[in-house]
Amino acid sequence: MNQEAIYALVFLAWLAGAAAFVIGLHQMNSPATARGGNRLSATGMAIAVLATLVWLLVRPGGLGNSPMPLLIIVVGFLIGGGIGFVLARRVAMTAMPQLVSLFNAVGGGAAALVAIDDYIRGISIGEMEVSTAIFVVLGAVIGSVTFSGSLVASGKLQGVVPGQPIFFPGSRLLTVLLALGTVAGFALLVLAAAGVVALTPELAIIVLSLIVLAALIFGITMVLPIGGADMPVVISLLNSFTGTAAAMAGFVINNPVLIIAGALVGASGAILTKLMADAMNRSIANIMVGGFGGGASTAGAAGPGADGGNVREVGMDDAAIQLAYAQKVIIVPGYGLAVAQAQHAVRELAELLEDRGVEVSYAIHPVAGRMPGHMNVLLAEANVPYPQLKEMDEVNPEFDRADVALVVGANDVTNPAARSNPQSPIYGMPILNVDHARSILVIKRSMRPGYAGIDNELYLNPKTGMLFADAREGLTQLVAAVKLV
Amino acid sequence: MSPELLNALAIFVLAILVGFEVISKVPATLHTPLMSGANSIHGIVLVGAMLIAATADNPLSYFLAFVAVVFGAANVVGGYVVTDRMLQMFRKRETPPQKPADKPE
Repeated sequence: MNQEAIYALVFLAWLAGAAAFVIGLHQMNSPATARGGNRLSATGMAIAVLATLVWLLVRPGGLGNSPMPLLIIVVGFLIGGGIGFVLARRVAMTAMPQLVSLFNAVGGGAAALVAIDDYIRGISIGEMEVSTAIFVVLGAVIGSVTFSGSLVASGKLQGVVPGQPIFFPGSRLLTVLLALGTVAGFALLVLAAAGVVALTPELAIIVLSLIVLAALIFGITMVLPIGGADMPVVISLLNSFTGTAAAMAGFVINNPVLIIAGALVGASGAILTKLMADAMNRSIANIMVGGFGGGASTAGAAGPGADGGNVREVGMDDAAIQLAYAQKVIIVPGYGLAVAQAQHAVRELAELLEDRGVEVSYAIHPVAGRMPGHMNVLLAEANVPYPQLKEMDEVNPEFDRADVALVVGANDVTNPAARSNPQSPIYGMPILNVDHARSILVIKRSMRPGYAGIDNELYLNPKTGMLFADAREGLTQLVAAVKLV
Repeated sequence: MSPELLNALAIFVLAILVGFEVISKVPATLHTPLMSGANSIHGIVLVGAMLIAATADNPLSYFLAFVAVVFGAANVVGGYVVTDRMLQMFRKRETPPQKPADKPE
């Protein structure tokens, strides 16, 4: 076969891969076909990667005389793939968001490196078109911002970097300067490629390095001021960025599968980011400005004692009786439940109550956990039947008919201040109407504020009984107590 | 602009529109797996890393290509495995995950 025919076959394989990505994503519409969709997408990826390898080996000249390229591809794949595989197999379900963020970081880094390498190669032999320069700088900048930003986001979720918004003197100014510097460097390189400005190859590479450095720091200063509670939105946005960076890298090396897959992810990430911001009733711009969840803000003043409210503590046996003789119980799980690994304990309690004829359902806030749908994944892991999981709009009217709302490790999504207190940073965020239930039980370790760093007036409600315990211990004791009722 | 570039731009714009269409229909419950699944798809940058590795001929190029391949491979393999782990749980359910239509209120 001649080179043209081989390339045509490889191109078709890339196209098949791209089609598999689209169909795979489409199949992720429904839980029943989602797993198949992901596998189809993975198959498409395998086809695309294998076709690339075949093309590199059989094209005229192959991989050249040096063993290095093949060595880099094989050894690099084994190392990177091995690390990814082990991390993906071992990570706890609760740590999933930071791992996704980590994978997002390296994806962005890879896209930036592809663009940078192509630029160095092109400029060294004096071949640099204006369009290539544009895509190189876009790919390198977006990829670098994603790389450092995702690492910081991952660190915040893991607790390596403090979750509170971090500001330092001049941080806003620095961010603006970095952005301006990047734009200036971008303009310089494009003008150089157009021949308007004369730059030696060495100087051009230095300019590109400075741009990349500025983008890396920009990624850090962009994410640091954003509070941990907003991290899901940030990760989603950065996911979209990485897709765009991959598409830019595709333009640089003129590869259609990179362009298609990158654009797909860029679009999906953008939609997802918007959906998540909508769920919190905030704009993406408002989130990116940061500062949310500082803790000691004005709304924090409405804490216990400030308005003379009292917290009522209840015992396990009292709580068990309330639950056992209820007709309808709605469980409101939050991230605290996941951290304490209490999914199984909560399912046991729910089954026990159901055996006694109590109607049990779970109220899932769209942003419960650390990513949208995170709580569904965690409860699915504990074999909680799907129909019992109810989304906010569906379950909110039901609180009026519920005898007991049992809040386990959820905080901000139950805070009535979001409805009533215009001073609160979460004012306007749709919440679960837990306070509409006839009585409320809250399992919580202490009165500490939640992830958003603000106090919850639900705990001061006379209908609310507090059970101060770790989510798992508390639930286990409740199970034992209900058995004795 | 060259014809290749114009073709590539057309593909880019259409792929974005396809992405919007496909994604906007996913229910909230699947958003975490979706984010993870989309995350693995941009691991396609591994193909780009392989292509630059193929023409690498100096230490700097070797280094850049090697790191790019390692990063891309970690993104691809890890992304798909972790997404599969999440989705596996959705499959374990005893009740088929149908829309609320099948439970009369």
